[in-house]
Amino acid sequence: MKNIFALVDCNNFYVSCERVFAPAFENRPVVVLSNNDGCIISRSKEAKALGIKMGEPFFKCERTLKEHGVKVFSSNYALYGDISRRVIDTLRQFSPDIEIYSIDEAFLLLDGIDQGPDRGYAHLIRDTVKKWTGIPVSLGIAGTKTLAKIANERAKHDASLNGVLDITQMDGATIDELLRSTDIEDVWGIGFRWANFLRKHRIDTAYALKKADTSWVRRHMTVVGERTAMELNGISCLSLEKAPAPKKQIVSSRSFGKPVSTLTEMNEALSYYVTRASERLRREGSVASAVQVFITTGSFGKDAYFNMASGRLPAPSADTSSFIRISKALMEGIFRKGLSYKKCGVIISDITSAQGAETDLFAGNYRNSKKEDLSRAMDSINKKWERDTVSFASNGRERKWVMRRGFLSGRVTTRWDELPVVKA
Amino acid sequence: MFKPGDATQKKELPFYTDRISAGFPSPAEDHIEKKLDLNELVIKHPSASYFVKVTGDSMKNSGINDGDVLVVDKSLSAVDNDIVIAVLNGELTVKRVKRSRKDLFLVPENPEFEPIKITPEMDLIVWGVVTAVIHRLK
Repeated sequence: MKNIFALVDCNNFYVSCERVFAPAFENRPVVVLSNNDGCIISRSKEAKALGIKMGEPFFKCERTLKEHGVKVFSSNYALYGDISRRVIDTLRQFSPDIEIYSIDEAFLLLDGIDQGPDRGYAHLIRDTVKKWTGIPVSLGIAGTKTLAKIANERAKHDASLNGVLDITQMDGATIDELLRSTDIEDVWGIGFRWANFLRKHRIDTAYALKKADTSWVRRHMTVVGERTAMELNGISCLSLEKAPAPKKQIVSSRSFGKPVSTLTEMNEALSYYVTRASERLRREGSVASAVQVFITTGSFGKDAYFNMASGRLPAPSADTSSFIRISKALMEGIFRKGLSYKKCGVIISDITSAQGAETDLFAGNYRNSKKEDLSRAMDSINKKWERDTVSFASNGRERKWVMRRGFLSGRVTTRWDELPVVKA
Repeated sequence: MFKPGDATQKKELPFYTDRISAGFPSPAEDHIEKKLDLNELVIKHPSASYFVKVTGDSMKNSGINDGDVLVVDKSLSAVDNDIVIAVLNGELTVKRVKRSRKDLFLVPENPEFEPIKITPEMDLIVWGVVTAVIHRLK
């Protein structure tokens, strides 16, 4: 049976989330900044038209933004996460098979679903999401995921399509035209290094890769490249993944809002990042035994310093205090006095399922269930009240190193005391 | 004279699925229901439902007071006489929609306020339909 994949992708997702509750900014230039108000990570159509680039550092374009009256928001992940959940929940009614690909993208399987005359079903999906959540989305429909992505890109940028492009209804020549106008870098699965390689061999569009000799592709590209080429030819190799694979490693790190130069402050930040990472670990039902800590001044030249240290727990664990203890010990070894640090972080790896974890016979302390019970109790208190209601003292209270977010909107869908206000 | 016990002989003991407290079983055991959840009462479409807070008095005669929380359902299409959240001049406002022949009005529920006639230039957007009011007495 032939598959029909629909890629549903939110347009300018973070900006769109902000506009739902700040409708005055509809049709106005808006941007959203990354962590620490570092760089631009989302732009409205109007902001794009002003020439503001994706990823541009905020400090560089701050004046331009002011001159053009561009509205600036800091990233409000509490809001974006909640709206994302609502978009996905709204999509669930349209297909029993849905894969959440990212915070603003999902694949739906539309096999066996009567799509109605003029592909009305796809437009119904789009209109329903817009109505229920306020988020505009684009849909690309094709026989493979890779083609659905290409169709989605075209649907997003060609206003005459009203946000939907279904290439299963197109003839071969029209599809090939679409592939000819798609640069090789824009093909899903082809990163810029592969793109450079392929361009050297005169494969510069999706069409060229589709038509490339299959044995050449098999010889020169990895399995991923071969699959991409097959998918461009309409042969579906990537199936819908309904449950995401558990993470192989968990990284927790942020640049500091203000540079850090004392070990005390460094340990506070580290402790905080370790706490967040172990929460994620527990949420997945996993345990881990490898910990790596890193630290950097972020600069170049003679005062630049970057270092990292790794360690292992005697037995796989999901307990915050064990991770904090080992991380601090590792940090002692790499922290140098007299430097101004920009960032530190922790990487937890060697992750396995909490069921059936192996232990070291001589560790004595295997899977300290009391400590894990404490961590779990903290998780449920923090879930009920507020993240960090209860935390380890080592995380610090004053936290001068916390993320700078000067343009944050309210957590309007997740906090009773920050609800949107309506005028009567 | 002692003989070793016969390990092959098994004695079965009854296994209880319920914790038995002292006394006799509750007559309500077979009728236990889950607790009442306010969400079920006021929220019909969870993914499309939002809470908003009211400031102002223009709707007080409909039971919507300053400081109340409203349940807004974005999945519903507004019909005549519904109380809605509308976007007017870029702001979220709460009013009743009323259609009279060919004119559309946003009507307050307070004699001190005037109805607003909606003209095509005003580009009115209905944000959602208000389905419930939460008014705290204490």
